[in-house]
Amino acid sequence: MKKLIIALLISFASTSVFAGSHSPCGVTSGSINILANEFTTYRIFMDEVKSCAGPDADFNVTHSVDHNKLQVAALSANPAEFSAKLVTNGSITPLMNDGLIRPLDDLVAKYGSNLNENQKITIDGKIYAVAFMANAQHLWYRESILNDLGIAVPSTYEEVIAAAEKIKAAGVMDNPYAGAFKSGWNLGQEFVNMYLGHGGEFFKSGSAQPNVNNEKGVAALNVIKKLTELSNPDFLTQDTNAVKEEWESGNVALMHIWNSGAASLLDDEGDQDIKADTRLAPSPTVGGGNKPATTLWWDGIAIATNTSDENAEASFRALVGAASSTDLANNNPNATVWLIKGYTPGDTAGPVVDAASRGTTPYPSFPHMSLMHGALSTELVEFLQGNESAEKALADVEAAYIAKATEQGFL
Amino acid sequence: MPHRTFFWFILPTALAMILFIGLPIVSSFFQSLHIENEQVLMEVENCDPFGCTTNVRVDVEATEKIEAENPLGRFNGFGTYTDRNHLAFDEIIEAWDNKSSIGEFKDIVLNLPFYKALLFTLTFCFAVTPPVIVLGFIVALSVNTLAKSLKGLIVFGTILPMIVTPLIGSLVLFWMIDSQGIIGASIQILFDDPNLSLKASSNLTWITLIIYGIWHNTPFAFVVFYAALQTVPQDPLEAAYIDGATRFERVRFIVIPHLYPVATFIMLICLMDNFRVFEPIIGFSAEGVAQSLSWMIYQDLRNENKMLFGSAGATSMLTILGIAFLLTPVLIRTWKEFKTER
Repeated sequence: MKKLIIALLISFASTSVFAGSHSPCGVTSGSINILANEFTTYRIFMDEVKSCAGPDADFNVTHSVDHNKLQVAALSANPAEFSAKLVTNGSITPLMNDGLIRPLDDLVAKYGSNLNENQKITIDGKIYAVAFMANAQHLWYRESILNDLGIAVPSTYEEVIAAAEKIKAAGVMDNPYAGAFKSGWNLGQEFVNMYLGHGGEFFKSGSAQPNVNNEKGVAALNVIKKLTELSNPDFLTQDTNAVKEEWESGNVALMHIWNSGAASLLDDEGDQDIKADTRLAPSPTVGGGNKPATTLWWDGIAIATNTSDENAEASFRALVGAASSTDLANNNPNATVWLIKGYTPGDTAGPVVDAASRGTTPYPSFPHMSLMHGALSTELVEFLQGNESAEKALADVEAAYIAKATEQGFL
Repeated sequence: MPHRTFFWFILPTALAMILFIGLPIVSSFFQSLHIENEQVLMEVENCDPFGCTTNVRVDVEATEKIEAENPLGRFNGFGTYTDRNHLAFDEIIEAWDNKSSIGEFKDIVLNLPFYKALLFTLTFCFAVTPPVIVLGFIVALSVNTLAKSLKGLIVFGTILPMIVTPLIGSLVLFWMIDSQGIIGASIQILFDDPNLSLKASSNLTWITLIIYGIWHNTPFAFVVFYAALQTVPQDPLEAAYIDGATRFERVRFIVIPHLYPVATFIMLICLMDNFRVFEPIIGFSAEGVAQSLSWMIYQDLRNENKMLFGSAGATSMLTILGIAFLLTPVLIRTWKEFKTER
């Protein structure tokens, strides 16, 4: 009896200390099944999620570079195929469009006391996601190669092109520049960066009508064309992971890829000479603009609507445990820019912080943006191959977008 | 066979075909006549780590209400079939009216997604099928003359390309033709051009895909021809041999006529198979320069965040029509042969 009273007292004391802040980790009931993109930082994050879930939890995670294509179908099913999804400001909109992720206010109130206020992604006053990292594409360069040729670190794309031409002319490398130009999502993203860098707007204000076939669009395409001419001729087949391989093979001196690439480029595997020579720089501006030609991204956690409350709670606990783990952030300071409380940014956070401080546009979160991105993904290839003019390519983008947006009910 | 027996014999197959082929086609057709309901948009305030902004989002409740009233979406008739991403009637008429030359008109039409995909699909079909039949026949003839002890092993090796999953087979080749892969590097040395890349130009990519198609399909033709070769009557062959016919003449005048119906069959299957070419495009990351009709369906269903069912349904119907159109001459021929044989 005495023991029971002590136990009750202790549990009472602990609940009063942690009022409104149940410890999230150590999940014992409900099953956790997460869909996530595939790159090193996410792997590191998921290890933490798994250890937070604890050994008794029913824990599954599916990493796939095709997560964007899978998510709507997988979460539309009832019960949903996955209880949780790692989302970004790009991939959250299709889920929001169909009401496939649930408001998290209750769960945040219960388990989220260690979250920063800016981690809470609120839409129309409700929390729909909890962000844990910020990401952006920016410039990477090989210091020794630039130094040998007396090239200053480029701060505009015009300088990037001049630098790459100089490296090529000096015979150091045949294809000194690299970017993720793979036809499909990656190529679309390159245009998004460059178009926003020129100050473009994707839609006519207040409507879903496309607005890319203009001077800014043409200028953006011409810069991309120049960059691809300084890239590996196979550029249309190279995604971010392929570009990283090129970099690690020492074939490239300048590239524009994700900050989170540091997790694999600066690890202990691969050629350490190249690693020691790798430097990160802010994303360049373009065409006299003042904003870097890149987009800001947050990555966060979201919970499926069509899953049981028990599974939702279990998944949220494990994920939010990792998303508020100061240890995770400070043990891997260079894996990305964590938004977690108590995080001291590592050496590689600079370019993302720089992008944010210079007013870089976050990736547009219009409900119809994914259709625009899809049209950009397929219609720009012929221009890059020199088979059609920039104006024609952009007219094709708009036409393809209009056909799809009409079918989806946006126009 | 009496009609009655035939009916009971075919009934289970027919039922399964209606259930698994007929009904899905009807359903796809129905879907292709509809487009999504109108999306109700509303302005909301979004806050994220980069600050708060006013943005639009889909009003889920209002949209769901419309969805509940009209679950199939809005009826669009053949609107999806004729839109710019499919048959593009308006664009073609406009191009015809404004053309300055036939070449320009052709360029505009072949730049439209459906016709671009159709061009590649047909090129692939007609470039792959004849070599497959010829090569399959030659391989079958050669294997047939081998010593019995060797045959099993060689047959196994020959049908390997067919056993390998198309996606894996194309991925393996994709890496081999990389400029640092064994084939890619050899070709660079052979042509003495360090910048030559099979993945970079559309023509070379098309040729690569076609060669892959031949490599992948030849075993099928080989297997069928090889089986058919076992049925070639020996008497006429021996008689011809005694009469002094060369090996070529024996093949030309006895074996080929005997295998003619088989060749028609192979052609039928090959055309059908190749018309829905898809995996190599994914495996070779060739989406940028080579799209097929099947790839368009995949694109509508997978590469968009939200599936474009109407669009995919329309492309599927057009693919079925295309296959029917392509096979009609072969089918008529088979029917005629069937009738003369009786």
